[in-house]
Amino acid sequence: MATKASRSAARLMISPAVVLLLGWMLIPLCMTVYFSFLRFNLLNPGDNPFVGWENYRWFVTDPSFSAAMINTLVLVGGVLLITTIGGIMFALLLDQPMWGQGLIRIMVIAPFFVMPTVGALVWKNMFMNPVNGIFGHIAQSLGAAPIDFFSSIPLLSIVLIVSWQWLPFATLILLTAFQSLDQEQLEAAEMDGASWFNRFWYIMLPHLARAITVVILIQTIFLLSIFAEILVTTNGGPGVATTNLTYLIYVSSLLQYDVGMGSAGGVIAIILANIVAIFLMRMIGKNLDA
Amino acid sequence: MARAVPNSRKAINTAVAGTLGFIIFFPILWILILSFKTEGDAIKAPLQVLFSTGWTTESFGAVQERSDYFKHFTNSVVLALGSTILGLLVAVPAAWAMAFVPAKHTKNVLMWMLSTKMLPPVGVLVPIYLIFRDVGLLDTRTGLVIVLMLMNLPIIVWMLYTYFREIPGEILEAARMDGASLREEVIYVLTPMAIPGIASTVLLNIILAWNEAFWTLNLTASNAAPLTAFIASYSSPEGLFYAKLSAASVMAIAPILIMGWFSQKQLVRGLTFGAVK
Amino acid sequence: MNLKSALLGATALSIASAGAATAAELTIATVNNSDMIIMQKLSPVWEEATGHTLNWVVLEENTLRQRVTTDIATNGGSFDIITIGAYEAPIWGARDWLVALDDLTEINPDYDLEDIYEPVRNGLSADGTLFAVPFYAESSFTFYRTDLFEAAGIEAPTEQITYTQFEEMVAQLHDPDNGVFGTCQRGKAGWGENMAFVGPLVNAFGGRWFDMDWQPQIDSEEWRTAINYYVDLVQNYGPPGASSNGHNENRALFADGRCATWVDATSAAGYIFNPNESSVADRTDFFQAPYQETKNGTGWFWAWALGVPASSTNADAAKDFLAWATSKEYIELVGEREGWVAAPPGTRKSTYANEAYLSAAPFAETVENSILAADPANPTRDPVPYTGIQFVAIPEFQGIGNYVGQQIAAALAGQQTVDQALENSQRFAVREMTKAGYIQ
Repeated sequence: MATKASRSAARLMISPAVVLLLGWMLIPLCMTVYFSFLRFNLLNPGDNPFVGWENYRWFVTDPSFSAAMINTLVLVGGVLLITTIGGIMFALLLDQPMWGQGLIRIMVIAPFFVMPTVGALVWKNMFMNPVNGIFGHIAQSLGAAPIDFFSSIPLLSIVLIVSWQWLPFATLILLTAFQSLDQEQLEAAEMDGASWFNRFWYIMLPHLARAITVVILIQTIFLLSIFAEILVTTNGGPGVATTNLTYLIYVSSLLQYDVGMGSAGGVIAIILANIVAIFLMRMIGKNLDA
Repeated sequence: MARAVPNSRKAINTAVAGTLGFIIFFPILWILILSFKTEGDAIKAPLQVLFSTGWTTESFGAVQERSDYFKHFTNSVVLALGSTILGLLVAVPAAWAMAFVPAKHTKNVLMWMLSTKMLPPVGVLVPIYLIFRDVGLLDTRTGLVIVLMLMNLPIIVWMLYTYFREIPGEILEAARMDGASLREEVIYVLTPMAIPGIASTVLLNIILAWNEAFWTLNLTASNAAPLTAFIASYSSPEGLFYAKLSAASVMAIAPILIMGWFSQKQLVRGLTFGAVK
Repeated sequence: MNLKSALLGATALSIASAGAATAAELTIATVNNSDMIIMQKLSPVWEEATGHTLNWVVLEENTLRQRVTTDIATNGGSFDIITIGAYEAPIWGARDWLVALDDLTEINPDYDLEDIYEPVRNGLSADGTLFAVPFYAESSFTFYRTDLFEAAGIEAPTEQITYTQFEEMVAQLHDPDNGVFGTCQRGKAGWGENMAFVGPLVNAFGGRWFDMDWQPQIDSEEWRTAINYYVDLVQNYGPPGASSNGHNENRALFADGRCATWVDATSAAGYIFNPNESSVADRTDFFQAPYQETKNGTGWFWAWALGVPASSTNADAAKDFLAWATSKEYIELVGEREGWVAAPPGTRKSTYANEAYLSAAPFAETVENSILAADPANPTRDPVPYTGIQFVAIPEFQGIGNYVGQQIAAALAGQQTVDQALENSQRFAVREMTKAGYIQ
């Protein structure tokens, strides 16, 4: 049982982090909320009159808005799906006895260290470019027409690039989880005649639940604000095919310099992020408290 | 008891995992190869590239001539280390308190901290830019160290929290019974046990800070610009540019990649965020 | 060291003694194109002569524009010298964000403002005050491959041809099996990318951005015809992936011998005709950009220029650099060190009177004529309330131009129809112009 003294000491120890984060969140947030009610375009300096909800109305009725919402969902969902399933399969594989496991692990983890900008540039130019990229060369040597990734399957291309960056993360966490699995339990099940699938479904997967939750939580945090990969590959296009919410806010506030509308978008994104956060909290709470 | 595994199965496993691992690693290997090729060779078909005999370091020279690598590199190191150290100073006490003196709202505070990471930075660039201008932090390392620290603080707190929580409370109780003060408790009992967790937190934070590309690009001009700004000047083609882009990429990611490889065991241990019991 | 560089050094020294005596550290933001990279390479000459030092921030065009605009509009003061275009200079100058540059001749007596082409100077001025000095200026024309024209038995045009004739030519030249595409045109979205080609194309087809009441005209028949033409042309006779190719990508393709024709910036000629950079230097020629309904606004006008933000604390040293980097002496320095073909084009009469340049650059006269012929004040068939050929000189244009560019890129990529793209674009333009108060 903690004493009163240690409680107040604890509070004292937490407070710097809380105060700093509050400041980091609240000061820009207050400014953003304030700006979101002004007509404020950086290119038209003036008195920035108060315009009420006008910016919100403009942002929500933006023809790109609904597309951006859907793209955000597809992007986050697609990457989560690929990295989680891929990660489980990879972890299963790496958990098998083999030679040179250390070296293979080093190769698999590498993309996690690569700057998102660099990763996206490399994929865009050296691989997905239909004329000089490797995929283009391969298609040509097979006599097929090269796939034009960023115009025919733009969103999928970005999902693939981002998945490449995050697959190592998922694999490693899930692999660590596999390694802590009770082998005797598995062997007992095998002796009882449980099929591989049943062993996977009823023993391994439940064991992985916590790890999967963590993978989803951490990745969602980073995936919601995917930006650099879109900026260097498609600039949100063609059309709005790869514009996510973050990119749409970027377009409003830093390409059109409409700080008022960009701020309104920011506020909307913050609200949505918090809804996701609450949702995740419930999920995490259930899985991590045990 | 582990069963003996026939070598044939081991070989198949090795082959399959090795192939997949190689595919994942291939893009990085490829830019390493291209960075030592001439521009003309670099756009050829993959096999032609491999068998073209010319190996050259001219791309590295061209990149260095255009942008001062060492200045950007130094800035990256300062920013990554600075924000990590500052972050630890703030996060270790907080995580310690949350782990050992849990209060009713601990979990909520933790989740709230994580949720601040979901705010899109692009939405608050202009407010932050104005604040930085007014306090004179634009294009300074100090300013960026603070921003990067705040960016990663939630993750650090959470990682440390999950790690600390696994330290059995009884040990602390025992120390306390022996009359250890709070300070002694932290220094002599907790710290040694927490070192592995702190180490992997440090590693992750360095990686995240090194690769952060929005704030580092938008709040700097030249004095504080790290390697993310260095790479930004190669992001659109300038004639034939694959070799130069590769060389610049290799220069930008090599330090962190090498650090990551050497410390991967350590890093992975902490990365699990308490996911493995 | 020969006489010329000795003279140059002496000039730079005299500039230094005339300017502030203390050494300043300047931060310069510029775009990563080849001319600017040459400038960066040669700048130690100026640094040594004056004792000032330069910190370079070299960024890709979109990033540069966003970075510089944020800084100048918030009065951030991060940069002392910025690279801006003919679109920004007059707008920002009118906002008092830039330092007036009419007094450069006082810093460098040999600067000779009159030597800079008048339309170029006008394009960088607001209310008669010069706010940026041109580093290079360009119009657009059609590059073509002489060998491929000969092989296909096509006579190269001597007069301006129509886009219909152009398409017929391109169809004959298209030979993808041998890796040669009929035409390479910009498809990458952006007001400075695909819209730079599409804008003059729309002008040629008789279209315009706005009518005299600032009502957007993007859903007009002229736009529809022009964009359908563009999409068909590039889809049928362009390289794969055209919707992500911008100026730089196309230039690389053309230099690599993959394109039979290419309508783009005259400033690319220095690269295409440079045998060190391009494999088709001896097999390329050019003719005017085509017209259709009208000849107005069929070739664009653009200049990359250097300016000094009003927030700079080192304005004097910064002006000193401008007076060097855009001077006749600088152009000579480039000619000497990098070869005359790489000299910054389109800015000074003296360049086009220089025998060394004329003999190294076969395109010189055509470029000069195209630039002098481009008339941003009279860009369309029907009257318009704005100036600018491939852009509209109002702050709201960036946003609208980017959006329309994205829509057209999506149509080019086959993600939507041309009609849809234009309908969306019109709706967006009406929205933006309403928001900005041009229309009620």
